[in-house]
Amino acid sequence: MIHRQDLCRPGLLFLVIGLAGFALPLVQFKANRIVPGEGLRLWAALPGAMGALVTGFLLALLIAGCFLRWPLWLRLAGAFAGVVTLVLALGAAADHLTPPDDKLARVAPGGGFWLLLLALGLMFADTINRLRPSLRLRWLLLAATLAISAAILATGTLDGVSVMREYAARETLFLREAERHLILTFGSLGLALLIGLPLGIALYQSRALRNPVMGGLNILQTIPSLALFGVMIPLFGWIAATVPGAAKAGIAGIGLFPALIALFLYALLPVVSNTLAGLNSVNPATREAAAGLGMTRTQILWQVLIPLAVPVLLAAVRIVLVQNIGLAVIAGLIGGGGFGTFVFQGLAQTAMDLVLLGALPTIALALVAGIALDLLVEATSRHPQGARP
Amino acid sequence: MTGRIALLALTVFLLAFLISPQTFAPLFQPFTKNDAPAIYVQSSLLSLTLSHLTLVALAVAASTLVAVTLAILVTRQSGREFLPLARTITSVGQTFPPVAVLALAVPVLGFGAGPTLIALFLYGLLPVFENALAGLTRQSPQVTEAALGSGMTASQRLWQVELPLALPILLAGMRLTAVISLGTATIGSTVAANTLGEVIIAGLISSNTAYVLQGGMIVGIIAVLIHYGFQHLEQIVARRRGQG
Repeated sequence: MIHRQDLCRPGLLFLVIGLAGFALPLVQFKANRIVPGEGLRLWAALPGAMGALVTGFLLALLIAGCFLRWPLWLRLAGAFAGVVTLVLALGAAADHLTPPDDKLARVAPGGGFWLLLLALGLMFADTINRLRPSLRLRWLLLAATLAISAAILATGTLDGVSVMREYAARETLFLREAERHLILTFGSLGLALLIGLPLGIALYQSRALRNPVMGGLNILQTIPSLALFGVMIPLFGWIAATVPGAAKAGIAGIGLFPALIALFLYALLPVVSNTLAGLNSVNPATREAAAGLGMTRTQILWQVLIPLAVPVLLAAVRIVLVQNIGLAVIAGLIGGGGFGTFVFQGLAQTAMDLVLLGALPTIALALVAGIALDLLVEATSRHPQGARP
Repeated sequence: MTGRIALLALTVFLLAFLISPQTFAPLFQPFTKNDAPAIYVQSSLLSLTLSHLTLVALAVAASTLVAVTLAILVTRQSGREFLPLARTITSVGQTFPPVAVLALAVPVLGFGAGPTLIALFLYGLLPVFENALAGLTRQSPQVTEAALGSGMTASQRLWQVELPLALPILLAGMRLTAVISLGTATIGSTVAANTLGEVIIAGLISSNTAYVLQGGMIVGIIAVLIHYGFQHLEQIVARRRGQG
């Protein structure tokens, strides 16, 4: 007998998404990387009884997810196991379908794979929401997810999948572009903090400067990224050619430099406005108490205001990181490197596996950065440093 | 007042530039090299601007419609169970880079305006949904009680109390979506959508800075106008709510 309160309606939604995932092809088999492929459903893509077994397991998980009678940790473990099984099944399907010694054939993840991943991922997220885990447990979950992903990639289970074959064909290039993507993202963040924090503090102390500077930064934010990146090239090319010593200092119109500066300019607004908001949010009574203790203005700023503004500053770091990880993709269009190189190369060659090789790491990087910084923001706002006497 | 005059001047300048771009050629001539043309002529700037704006307007309208409907559903008693999940999806979804969403839409939808529209729509859902949710959930309990006490039905409460109260913050979400979409649509031209990105990319390919500047300038001015237009609307609506 099923009771109504037993039924988990989000679970029903995941089941429906999952069923659509079973109906669509798990993988696309292509004779080479450009021709349209032939779709194969989950049970047909796997060898022998394995197809039925995996289908049965995932279906059972999704159906069990519709009921709330199970302990939540079991549901969490189930969803996690489901995601891992699905990814491993993708690797197995690729190995099974690719004829031995065939270097041209490609097995790419299809609509069914993405929908099933969505269904199980949503179930995972929903269960975490219901569990309300402690901060420490959420760090552990993030670390475990990263460790298992790394392990799956390292064991080579997925090596037969199209994206990984694109990776294998350009491993050193990939590592170089990954490094450049990180340099672009973190370099621009570092520059924005270096310039934005003092600027925010200056604006906090001078009301007259506030409106014009914030207005300017707001307008900077409206320039489309493509145009800003594009304008940087001739601008820095010109500076490098005409200002003596500029070229020696590393300023150039090509390569990383123009992209780095464009990202830095986009990062400036969140950093400055959050610094301002963080400092403004400090209770005036706190400031007065500090002044009453005989602290100088500089002491108040560094020992009281800034420590209290830390959560808001970290929130700015989150905005900038997530935003710049995504925007750095555009650097690929202007020769600035990064994962965007693969995305735009793939679009130009209509080789979607290559697009995925650029897009998937970007999304993963943005997700991990977003989640990690959310946790950091929460950790610092729970125990505000400097709030204790 | 000076702000309004500046916006008016900006609008006039934009319209003049779109209607007769060649008049402004001397302005862009210094940015060209080797006597390259100063103004993009492969297709008319006006028609590119119009198709760019159509794309953005369609995407923003569609995402607003869907996002508001979803926000209403998850804030009703019967849909409450979906509320935490919806919150998670919006916060996670917003970390997805728009360019990646655009690139991933291509294998599903092919090249052209389709994938750009879908990517803009999907990406635009999130800010509107987030703001609609904030607007619908952060209403003071007194207002809800007053509406209940005056004998309003659930649908009357929704249309006459909750939605009007949520309108200013909803408009702020639409503003965010519109400005982001405007910029992201330029990248749509890498997947063969007809947008102003075409001008910028043509400039990048032929290293003609004048093209990059004029494409960026048009999008930038429109973004500023949309930003302030929505902000003005938000203020008007908020003021009316205050008086009513």
